[in-house]
Amino acid sequence: MIPAAFEYARASSVDEASKLLNKFGEDAKVLAGGHSLIPLMRLRLAQPAALVDINGIKDLDQIKESGGKLHVGALARHVAIHGSSVVNEKLPLLAEIAGEVGDNQVRNMGTMGGVIAHADAAGDYPTLALMLDADVVTNRRTIPARDFFKDLFTTALGPDEIVTEVVFPVANGPHKYVKFRRRLFDWAIVGVAAQKMNGGWRIGLTNVGPTPVRATAVEKALHDGAKAEEAAQHASDGLDPAGDLRASPEYKKHLARVLTKRAVLQASGQAEGKQ
Amino acid sequence: MAVTQLVGAKIHRREDPRLITGHGHYIDDFTRTGTAYAAFVRSPLAHARVKSIDVTDASKAPGVVGVYTARDFKGQLAGTHPAAPAFVAEKKYVPERFPIAEKEVCYQGEIVAAVLAETKGQAADAANMIQVDYDELPAVMDLEKALDAKSPKAHEGAADNVCWDLAYTGPEVTEAAFKEADVVVKQRILQNRLAPVPMEPRGVMAEYETYDKKLTIWMSSQNPHFIRLFVSGSMGLKESQVRVISPDVGGGFGSKISPYPEDYLVPALSRMTERPVKWIETRTESIQNATHGRGQFYEVEVAAKKDGTLLGMRMTQYLDVGAYAGTFSAFQACACLMAGGAYKWKGISARTIGILTNRVPTDPYRGAGRPEATHLVERMVDLVADELKMDPVEVRRKNFIQPNEFPYTQSFGLVVDSGDYEKALDRALEMAGYQDLRRKQADMRKQGRYLGIGISTWIELCGFGPSAATAPATGGIALVESAQVRVTPTGSVIVYTGTHSHGQGHETTFGQIVADQLGVPLENIELRHGDTAEGTAFGYGTYGSRSLAVGGVAVSKAVGKVIDKGKKLAAHMLEAAEEDVVFEHGSFHVKGSPDKSKAFGEVAFASYGMSLPQGMEQGLEAVAYFDPPNLVWPFGAHIAVVEVDPETGHVELQKYVAVDDCGNIINPMIVDGQLHGGVAQSIAQALYEEVVYDDETGQLKTGTLLDYNIPGIGEIPAMDLDHTVTPSPTNDLGVKGIGEAGTIAATASVINAVVDALSPLGIKHVDMPASPDRLWKMIKEARN
Repeated sequence: MIPAAFEYARASSVDEASKLLNKFGEDAKVLAGGHSLIPLMRLRLAQPAALVDINGIKDLDQIKESGGKLHVGALARHVAIHGSSVVNEKLPLLAEIAGEVGDNQVRNMGTMGGVIAHADAAGDYPTLALMLDADVVTNRRTIPARDFFKDLFTTALGPDEIVTEVVFPVANGPHKYVKFRRRLFDWAIVGVAAQKMNGGWRIGLTNVGPTPVRATAVEKALHDGAKAEEAAQHASDGLDPAGDLRASPEYKKHLARVLTKRAVLQASGQAEGKQ
Repeated sequence: MAVTQLVGAKIHRREDPRLITGHGHYIDDFTRTGTAYAAFVRSPLAHARVKSIDVTDASKAPGVVGVYTARDFKGQLAGTHPAAPAFVAEKKYVPERFPIAEKEVCYQGEIVAAVLAETKGQAADAANMIQVDYDELPAVMDLEKALDAKSPKAHEGAADNVCWDLAYTGPEVTEAAFKEADVVVKQRILQNRLAPVPMEPRGVMAEYETYDKKLTIWMSSQNPHFIRLFVSGSMGLKESQVRVISPDVGGGFGSKISPYPEDYLVPALSRMTERPVKWIETRTESIQNATHGRGQFYEVEVAAKKDGTLLGMRMTQYLDVGAYAGTFSAFQACACLMAGGAYKWKGISARTIGILTNRVPTDPYRGAGRPEATHLVERMVDLVADELKMDPVEVRRKNFIQPNEFPYTQSFGLVVDSGDYEKALDRALEMAGYQDLRRKQADMRKQGRYLGIGISTWIELCGFGPSAATAPATGGIALVESAQVRVTPTGSVIVYTGTHSHGQGHETTFGQIVADQLGVPLENIELRHGDTAEGTAFGYGTYGSRSLAVGGVAVSKAVGKVIDKGKKLAAHMLEAAEEDVVFEHGSFHVKGSPDKSKAFGEVAFASYGMSLPQGMEQGLEAVAYFDPPNLVWPFGAHIAVVEVDPETGHVELQKYVAVDDCGNIINPMIVDGQLHGGVAQSIAQALYEEVVYDDETGQLKTGTLLDYNIPGIGEIPAMDLDHTVTPSPTNDLGVKGIGEAGTIAATASVINAVVDALSPLGIKHVDMPASPDRLWKMIKEARN
């Protein structure tokens, strides 16, 4: 439970952080909330040669509406996102999801940028970013979420590229995130997000593949007038989830269907909330 | 004068302000000047031959003091790991175990090398540089296959994988019962393997003083005197040369009773290097290497009459011993002796088979054998009820040992000291609103919802325990308990006990007993324990819900001796006859003349003076041992209410009612706390926790708290607790243990509730943990 030795540097600007990443080379890692990275380091499953700490960079934690979009800074903590009046007004589904990440300690430290860049298959924000066509903004460019998540723990980010903010569309219609888990503070075994937007539904699935999944077949069925129960049957179309200690592939596919139904029904106020 | 009685009062734990403000002293809070830090290299494989170990790079790594393998410890440590036969009289095969493997590793995590370095980080870095070359051997992971003659062996060259095989009673004792039976129900019942996961992992620091040949060991232990006994023997030291200090201990649940390899290796490293050496277990090391609990399956059949009368039971316990016999692993066979539960039987045929596998050894884990017994008998009673279409409550009532039948000699000759099982059950049914729940269940079933009500009328034997019963099981040392009470000249009281709290709150409860008996304020009483150099000559430790029922009684007896001496002295001071002196509310007075009195403090002061009666020695202190005439037998009734979501298999635990009887209660708040924790731990076994190894490779898959599902506050419901009080006739305080009650009771009530919920689908049994994926699969199969 003691990490291997590593260099540590604290950046005060995004430029400086990028330079430091360049200096330390490929084995350097950005440290934001650290709630995924540090446990991996303690188990020596990750042994970065250097950490570039971006927690001291000013204004990277801003949350604001601008140009009809919701901008969430990379260093915005889950607790801040959950409690933000702008988020609750412009994209309440994001506030709901932020309130269900981990436990209090995780929510106090973990960040939007960290979750997006880490790209854990069980991460909740990537699902939302993908299904809503959010943009991931870095120090170099803007990457549409659909091009960002490449594989398990793998993104489009270059070695010295740093996520600075995630830009979501505004959507405050019916919505629900159903996160199925064994324990309150666990990652999702399967999670399903439903958001009514521009007259249609957006449906995203968490932890049913190496990257988040947008359930377009469900969206289309709902658009074509199918009932939630029927449309949800398409949630597992094309899925090939890996089994793990908590769920077999069959069970995950089953959960994708059941939770999709629940998410849509609960979002539309037709059912009581349960996981 | 105002009389306050502390025994029975809900007073706050005296240790809490210290512990919850960070002023406790746990093992990692101790460091000695010049300390070197140890890290251990452990086998990544479940079973392998060790071909070679290359320490070249590690030896040259920064800060490294030395790198050590089995050969280096050969001259330092002697003998094999102690394994008590406990309840199993016949040992078949106990593999030799040296604290560090030389030629063969038999579980993932077994130590093959040690590194000492100037810092913890350097030790960990160097340990990673040691190259061990292994020849992988087939791992024995399946209990049934392990018994096959053709199975690979958990140890190379062993004749088979049987550690023990003992029939307590043969099939003949149940022949008549099964002949008479109207129904026979059979079930195979699994007991999932559990990791104890105390909040504070283990740790050892040792300092050997070469000149004095004295060894001090600081460690997190439930049982410091036994550790002194074992480690001194292995190191060739006299017990008197070794001092073991177990400071505040952050939980143990049984995993800190037995000695571990590190308990020998760290002191040996100190002697080899002439430096203090410290090792603190990591969380992953703890899950991987601390002895596990349960890990069993049972084949059970029960014969009954059609009116619900239980007749006979045949049961076999298949117990996963792991790679080596744990020091007290055979104790878990007491599940056989307790399999009859709270009921009367014509006969029980019981057999236990201990099976060696390539997993970490099992050893007692909170309840040890008794949770397994309760689970199996309470499940079987429900199966009988289901078969006969009877209310499970009625089957229980029909078969309970009745209050007028105590002391009751049960099927294995154990004498149940007291009980009133129906009273506890009635109270629990009333609190739960049982009839209303059944109506609600019927209504919900019409809507396709699955509500379940589960009952567990548990009993326990604890308070180890009579010398005659325990001495043969521990190699001659009888499990009694000792206490010493010393009164200082100014009247403060120091109480030494051979038990050692690792969360039980002995400073509070033992203090309450002494304060009442002596009539002195609680603040004047200091409890000392956990240090073999202080106080009692030998202590027997804390486990098996024994501290109060054995240790507390010993303390009370020692206080009685102090009062006896005080009376003699007070009589002398009051110029009265000794038999005319009474001691009440902290003062000695002459019978009939309350004004002619001496306060306890005055007598204490006088005892150190010069005006003593002829022949009396100075001082006011006493030693007492308590050898209980019997075990104590707590009991209770627990009711769980669950709703199972048939679409996902998720179990929602909606209500939990527990009525327990531990005899007289010293501190209701501590009793409730023990129940909260115990029930939570048992719910954990029923619904969440399971140590999983890969069936083929023997790799541990649940090595972190991400994968090993300990439930948290979000998963454990509020509990409705109440008590009945049936004092134990076994000891003068009328007390019974309560530390394990919750874990003994709750798996059965929770699983019975889950099965009850799913019974409309024809599901008759669910194994633990009743995880959503497992239930979903069962529901799907039941519907097809």
